[in-house]
Amino acid sequence: MTKHFFARQHLNQLFNVLMDSGYQVVGPTVKDGAIVFTELARVEQLPWGWQEVAKPGHYHLTPSRKNLCFAWNTGPQALKPWLFKPEQPLWQAEQTEQGLCFRQAPAKVTPIAVVGLRGCDLAALKLQDQHFIHGPYPDPYYQAQREQLFIIAVNCAQSAETCFCVSTGDGPAATHSFDLLLDELEDGYLIGVGSEQGQAVFQQLTLGQQATIDQLDIAQQQLADASQQQRHMPDEHSLLKLTENLEHPQWQDVADRCLACGNCTLVCPTCFCSKQESTSDIKLQQAEQVRLWDSCFSEQHGYIAGKLFRPEIRHRYRQWLLHKLANWQQQYGRSGCVGCGRCISWCPVGIDLVAEAQTLLEGSPHESAHR
Amino acid sequence: MPPSKLAIAIHKLTSCSGCQLALLNQGIGLLDLLEQVEIKHFIEAGINHFTAEVDIAFVEGSVSTSEDLERVQHIRQRSKLVVSIGACATSGGIQALRNLSDENWLQAVYAKPEFVSSLQHSTGIAEHIKVDFELWGCPITVSQLNHFIQQLLLGSKPKPSGEKLCMDCKRQQQVCVLVTQQAPCLGPVVRTGCGAICPTFGRACYGCFGPSEQPNCDSLANRFAGLGLMPIEIAQRFAAIHSHSPPFKDQYQRWQTIHVREVE
Repeated sequence: MTKHFFARQHLNQLFNVLMDSGYQVVGPTVKDGAIVFTELARVEQLPWGWQEVAKPGHYHLTPSRKNLCFAWNTGPQALKPWLFKPEQPLWQAEQTEQGLCFRQAPAKVTPIAVVGLRGCDLAALKLQDQHFIHGPYPDPYYQAQREQLFIIAVNCAQSAETCFCVSTGDGPAATHSFDLLLDELEDGYLIGVGSEQGQAVFQQLTLGQQATIDQLDIAQQQLADASQQQRHMPDEHSLLKLTENLEHPQWQDVADRCLACGNCTLVCPTCFCSKQESTSDIKLQQAEQVRLWDSCFSEQHGYIAGKLFRPEIRHRYRQWLLHKLANWQQQYGRSGCVGCGRCISWCPVGIDLVAEAQTLLEGSPHESAHR
Repeated sequence: MPPSKLAIAIHKLTSCSGCQLALLNQGIGLLDLLEQVEIKHFIEAGINHFTAEVDIAFVEGSVSTSEDLERVQHIRQRSKLVVSIGACATSGGIQALRNLSDENWLQAVYAKPEFVSSLQHSTGIAEHIKVDFELWGCPITVSQLNHFIQQLLLGSKPKPSGEKLCMDCKRQQQVCVLVTQQAPCLGPVVRTGCGAICPTFGRACYGCFGPSEQPNCDSLANRFAGLGLMPIEIAQRFAAIHSHSPPFKDQYQRWQTIHVREVE
């Protein structure tokens, strides 16, 4: 990919071009002590001079160099809530003189340009596309917003303690699914094009020269730095063996700690489970069916035909981990984990998915029981 | 033929009367509600007919006195369905804090304690009579109450929800206060229903809606200890609005017996 230098003082221009092209710009900002993706009006709202410290069950922001706005890796959410909405009306019903009248809820879509997505986020996007668009039951709401999406990805220049995208093969470089790609340098950005739409925006920017060898070297070095990660998810082939350890004592060990609060699944960029609820007005004239984010950690999620299929927390944690790491491979051709580490930092009790997977794969269940 | 209205009664035992406001506070919605239900007894709204037979009796308040006990038994006899509303009726309420103490507070507080006649314990009504449905909350909300009535009107069996507060909090995309601020948030063990008000304002949940489904209070309390809370602080965290509900009471008892002395 050819990259050009894009000076920091022109970054605002990128926002303006996107807005003039009809996009609502969505990107990272600092809110409530975290990097949160929200609608942005100005580049000043980006998290200039902040990076996160993420550990199991812990996340806080700490100052970084003032001239950088992408010196962080992840926040609790990135793209998922913009496509797979936490609360999605599906249909409304109304009592009319002609009888009950049903209407499908329209997809409310605005073109959005999302700034600051990382390799892990894009890998998750690809998986969600597979589930919501390319599966047997395409989701019209997801699909409509997905078609109105412009992506400005960023190569990571560092990794948080919880990152392990190198071991899942999804980062730290963004390699697909973007329209524009940035590397953040001291005095500006290297910018590359990934699509025709990206090219159209690119052409309207005040760009410097094609990136020099030195600049490309720095960008390469940053990626190399980001590749130095502390956690490593076992490879996919090994993860398949997890399904052989259904009675491993570690399931109970983790269940003793697990709150079954569902936070891991709701911050996970690939989890897609939902439930539906109906509401009506008190006069019983109008009703609405809404789809809500759900989690395999919820009791009702495993309630089928009058029976709770996963009555205890150990069954639910096992369901989550096995589905994510092993069964997704059969279902979607790869593990459902993209190495972002969100489930580790946003678990209130700091359960570490990587450590649990490693422990579950260590030795035979029999040996572990006597440790 | 229009369906006949549901006859309802709103009763009060020992409580602050706040949950009854879920009916009165809905403004114009109350007029819509009155098209569906007929209120037979509701002293806070000026309708006093305690002995009326009803389809649904909503009971606010805990059984805290012998009169409460007598009344709740009468209510059961005259009502097809009994629904407890609020923390007091479901788990004894704040006044159930006295259940945790062996000391004679009556002597300490009142000049003439013999004038006070209350039971030793404050309890939820389900400990005394059969309760058909529980609406948890301190206080309950308008939508919670109306949703329950709608389901009955539609002929569907109301489904109890024990979903954890975290689920609602995450759907609203609030940033977790436990993870970012190390705040002792009860969200992971507390039933949703309030709309995650406290985390929305950056505060830790203190459990108005009572224990959720499968609350792993042992683990959460251990986490609080890891965050630096003293054992007594952990005990007090669980002994607030729903101190008499078993999962929270267990934690109170587990932590309040651990004494910490300063190292000299």
